[in-house]
Amino acid sequence: MNRMWKCLVAIIVAMVPAVVLADYTWNFPEPATPLALDTLNVHNKFMIITIVIFVAVLGIMLYSMAVHRKSVGHKPADFTGPKNRKQLIWTLVPFGILLYIDFILMGIPAAHSIFMMEDTKTNAQMVLKVTGSQWKWQYEYMDGDAQGIKFVSNLTTPQEQLYQGAPKGENYLLEVDNELVVPTNKKIRVLLTATDVIHNWWVPQFGVARDAIPGFLRETWLQIEKEGTYRGQCKELCGRGHGYMPVVVRAVPEEEFKAWVVAKKEEASKLAASATKEWSKDELMTQGAEVYTKICSVCHQANGQGLPPAFPALAGSKVVNGPVVDASGKLIKDSHLDRVLNGKAGTAMQAFKNTLSDAEIAAVVTYERNSFGNTIGGVIQPTQVAGLR
Amino acid sequence: MSTGSIAAHGHDDHAHHGPTGLARWLFTTNHKDIGTMYLMFSMIMFLIGGSLILSVRAELFQPGIQIIQPELFNQLIGLHALVMIFAALMPAATGFANWMLPLQIGAPDMALPRLNNWGFWLLPPAGTILLMPLVLYLFGIGTGGADAGWTLYPPLSAQSGWGIDFAILALHLMGISSVMGSINVVVTILNMRAPGMTMMKLPMFAWGWLMTAFLLIATIPVLAGAITMLLTDRHFGTHFFDAAGGGDPILFQHLFWFFGHPEVYILLLPIWGFIPHILETFARKPMYGYKAQVWSLVCIAALSVIVWAHHFFTAGMPVQALIYFMYSTMSISVPLAVLFFCWIATIWRGSMTFETPMLFALGFIILFGIGGLTGLVLADVAADAQYHHSYFVVAHFHYTLFAGGIMGVMAGVYYWLPKMTGHMYSEKLGKAHFWLTVISFNLTFMPQFFVGLAGMPRRIPDYALQFTEFNVISTIGAFALGLSQLIFVYNVVTTWRGKGEKATDGVWEGSKGLEWQLSSPPPHHSWDPQPVIK
Repeated sequence: MNRMWKCLVAIIVAMVPAVVLADYTWNFPEPATPLALDTLNVHNKFMIITIVIFVAVLGIMLYSMAVHRKSVGHKPADFTGPKNRKQLIWTLVPFGILLYIDFILMGIPAAHSIFMMEDTKTNAQMVLKVTGSQWKWQYEYMDGDAQGIKFVSNLTTPQEQLYQGAPKGENYLLEVDNELVVPTNKKIRVLLTATDVIHNWWVPQFGVARDAIPGFLRETWLQIEKEGTYRGQCKELCGRGHGYMPVVVRAVPEEEFKAWVVAKKEEASKLAASATKEWSKDELMTQGAEVYTKICSVCHQANGQGLPPAFPALAGSKVVNGPVVDASGKLIKDSHLDRVLNGKAGTAMQAFKNTLSDAEIAAVVTYERNSFGNTIGGVIQPTQVAGLR
Repeated sequence: MSTGSIAAHGHDDHAHHGPTGLARWLFTTNHKDIGTMYLMFSMIMFLIGGSLILSVRAELFQPGIQIIQPELFNQLIGLHALVMIFAALMPAATGFANWMLPLQIGAPDMALPRLNNWGFWLLPPAGTILLMPLVLYLFGIGTGGADAGWTLYPPLSAQSGWGIDFAILALHLMGISSVMGSINVVVTILNMRAPGMTMMKLPMFAWGWLMTAFLLIATIPVLAGAITMLLTDRHFGTHFFDAAGGGDPILFQHLFWFFGHPEVYILLLPIWGFIPHILETFARKPMYGYKAQVWSLVCIAALSVIVWAHHFFTAGMPVQALIYFMYSTMSISVPLAVLFFCWIATIWRGSMTFETPMLFALGFIILFGIGGLTGLVLADVAADAQYHHSYFVVAHFHYTLFAGGIMGVMAGVYYWLPKMTGHMYSEKLGKAHFWLTVISFNLTFMPQFFVGLAGMPRRIPDYALQFTEFNVISTIGAFALGLSQLIFVYNVVTTWRGKGEKATDGVWEGSKGLEWQLSSPPPHHSWDPQPVIK
């Protein structure tokens, strides 16, 4: 009996530091925000409590199984409940302890974390809007110098790595074309919404996961304390590409962030200029191929054959090989360009008018009409798209 | 009610006159036949559900897409859950109820025998309807099975193909079947107990099932409402869950989980009912704390309908709601702890032997304990942001629903199989099945706790490289777990066909309760006249 208890204590003592000191592959990743740190602490504390309860109960059971068995000649007792008041009180003790654990030991820090997590507004220095779409994230800066900066963040892992067993890069599935850039040590209020289905914006090192719900705004907050690149994923099932919409956040010092904002604004003005100029067919085709690979090929496939019936082929498609504007220059309903701009209700084909620029839409439509053996050919100019939006 | 009224028609209750062959099973109103069909249906669907998920695990063995494209992957995960919950676990519990409740409470049959037949025969078509789109898809026809997860959240489920419509129809049928089964159980328990069997003398299994039945009757209609609203959103232009038309996608989550959380207890309460019977039998010591267990079952059933929103804390809700749902969820741990306490106190200072049902029952307590304790930490809202929809949650609910559900059912099967068939199963194979199951189960799901904490979301067909090792282990464990179940199937089938030695009436040395007073197997019509309980 005595040895048994020593054993039990030894196991508990051995397990506690294992949990506390476990390197971050066995536990939450290293926290980067006050919220994640708080979450990690609460989690560690709860894990220790539950492991102690588990080991204690397991110990009692194992002891009973070892001693109270027929093969060692143990005679069964016949009690069916506490026999007297003293025993009754002893029986109630474990439940007293449990109530204390539930509502005091765990309940109070947990409630504290809730208040911390939900306080998105106090002292917030910056507002960021995150929009989830199948299957990419769109970021928009809502105030300060960065106000108006708006871009889409797509997975860049090449299709060969996904489907053809090519050697995988270090950040396989967790790499994007446009990282979200934010300053460190600033409280950032994050507003979330979605354009199609429910998504969930999750970066484990931030301790933040919140649904992005179409038609509604949800909010959370970040305050990243260390520079670095942080990676996460969508964690609400959102269709075929659910595994392919990573979140990548680069946290940089204030100065660097300001420089980034300036550069990004210049880029935006160039982009605006590009929308008004006349593009050559080659330019459109090059740009179109890029957009197609990034956005369209997930469903319609690199060769334009699609995955019918859910994702129709573009090669030889009636829609792609049909006209886009009628005699009076109006957009034809359900034409190729209409589908790209406005999507098709009830399917995974979404409206791209809010996530792609005029130039990108013109380029990709031109590309699709001149590729995969499609015969319609022709060129769509960004200015034309702007007029038809 | 009186003994006389039931015995009055006084035919030869041991003779079995009626149709034979297929017609016997198609038209039977006998509780034992129907129970057998439920259990067989459950076992077949368990194997189907298992093979669905093994193909998923095979895909997840290595990063990259090798054998299953993402759109098929999304169908497999959702259908695995729907099959396991609605077509494997729930029918297993109903099968036990049919077989054992009348025997245990000394009733000649279930109260509503024709309803009983209908309740069962809705299930095979429902299972077919659920799986047919997937099968057609594999042959290149149609848009595939339900691919929005078993929770069918709109707007995703609103944009999917007709697999969703089939799933809705199947859920309706299975829901109707469950509600009919539940009404039958309630009526049987309340009206057909043997004379002298007061409610506080009911077998614990009957109490567990009574609570399940009330929960089913209360919550299945809510699910039915929610999925009907989804159906009209999809096809008839309503906007219940479409924000663009003034609806709210989160409304569906509230309705779904108002059913979905009690569903967990619907699956587990019958098992919590018969586990004490197994423990008292093999510890040769009377059940500890009967009244405390009964009131805990009642408490758990009541609490289970007021905690639903903890399934979507990350969807965002007011602080007050977060606090309320966190504390109410935590409070379930109290009645559950009472049950654990009583189970362990039942074996304490007993005289235990470790036949297969006892091994499964003890394994159930330990592993389900892990499920329960991780459930306690999941109630913590802030940490839940990390756990939620990660593999941590997947591991958690498999510790509750596989270790707590399936392993509990297996304990029940081994416990009652000799009574049902009149033959002993192979103890050697049973023990091999137990140890292989326990080891491979932990090999499968323990790594999922860690990969979840490390940040792997659930329901993704492909994953980042840092999750590889855990997934490799998990897949190996899953295949071992799947193959081990074939031992179980072989053992049950050979026993059913009468291979083992003859079982005595009592079967087990320590068995107590009315069912053990009948012969093994019991006569086709039993307890007519009813026994009298002193």
